[in-house]
Amino acid sequence: MNASATPEWRDQIFEVLQDHDVKQVYHVPDAGHGRLIEACQRSNSMRTLALTTEEEGIPLAAGAWLGGQRSVLLMQSSGVGNTINLMGMPKTLRFPFLTLITMRGDWGEFNSWQYPMGQATPKVLEAMGVLLYSVETADEVKTTVDAAARSAFNGGQSVAVLLRQKLIGIKNFGKK
Amino acid sequence: MSTQKATLQRRPLVKKILEGADDNLLVIAGLGSSNWDITEAGDRPLNMPLWGSMGAPVGMGLGLALAQPKKRVLVITGDGDMLMSLGSLATVAAQQPDNLAIVVLDNEKFGETGNQATHTSPLNNGPTDSGAGTDLAMIAKGCGIADTGTVRDASEVAALVKDARTKKGPVFRLVKVMVEKLEFVMPPQDGAHLKDRFRQALLGHP
Repeated sequence: MNASATPEWRDQIFEVLQDHDVKQVYHVPDAGHGRLIEACQRSNSMRTLALTTEEEGIPLAAGAWLGGQRSVLLMQSSGVGNTINLMGMPKTLRFPFLTLITMRGDWGEFNSWQYPMGQATPKVLEAMGVLLYSVETADEVKTTVDAAARSAFNGGQSVAVLLRQKLIGIKNFGKK
Repeated sequence: MSTQKATLQRRPLVKKILEGADDNLLVIAGLGSSNWDITEAGDRPLNMPLWGSMGAPVGMGLGLALAQPKKRVLVITGDGDMLMSLGSLATVAAQQPDNLAIVVLDNEKFGETGNQATHTSPLNNGPTDSGAGTDLAMIAKGCGIADTGTVRDASEVAALVKDARTKKGPVFRLVKVMVEKLEFVMPPQDGAHLKDRFRQALLGHP
């Protein structure tokens, strides 16, 4: 089962986010999340916010929760390092936090600059007390994102779903 | 970028801004002086004073303003905090929340660490006190927040209070304030408690 044969997993994520009543969606530009971001932008029930840096997603999530709304931060592993300091906020304020991370520098990555942050991503998130869920195959995406949303919004945890590069597909620059 | 000496005092100013605060006003204050300022004006459940998370208040204010479009959201923070998250002003501009006001109290210093100069201090201001003359109101305008302004004089305070409380947002006001040594007036510190009491007051459940 490879990503190109089953592109609908991104649509399944959108459905799970809708089912969990996620109202605010934070993102930076990302090819891996692209189709999901566009679905959120077209949705009438969600507000999508483009960020200048991934770090902004955490105080936004805190504010949304203060105001009674659920949110999600969509980012690449290359942006995870930008969030680490403020990743203390969900711990200190004890509010639910959900992030979905498309992995780079993970599996067959061609760009050497992606490896340091890609390889450190699970370790630094773990160090900040974020629960990690990992998905490598399309048929597990829906159940995993659903479980992560439950752990976050019902269980009050900080949760990250790592969408592994094996799932997303290896990026080939210059080739369609 | 002016070298005028600031004359406004932050505590009485914040007190005026928050005077008569009711359930319609949700307040977020940045760590350090702004936290103590809003607390001296009167600790209340719908205040969210931060004890850390530098650079977070504007983003928090935006997330809250979008979640609660019928309430007024007021972010009060300092120049050092604002300098750490300039990009958040562009994110605010992209969303144009009409219920959000941001008031930056600019004393040109990092107060909590011993009054070192921030970049809003004048350029060439001596060996230890030089900044860059950074104008945060101009940055906010450049980010796309149309309604910005700088307040320096006591005669402008009444308009500032009105703009912060009621004017159609997003509103950004830079207020040049004096460097003062003031007493710490501390709200509860526990973050989960601050969050829960805020939600209880706003939503009726923690």
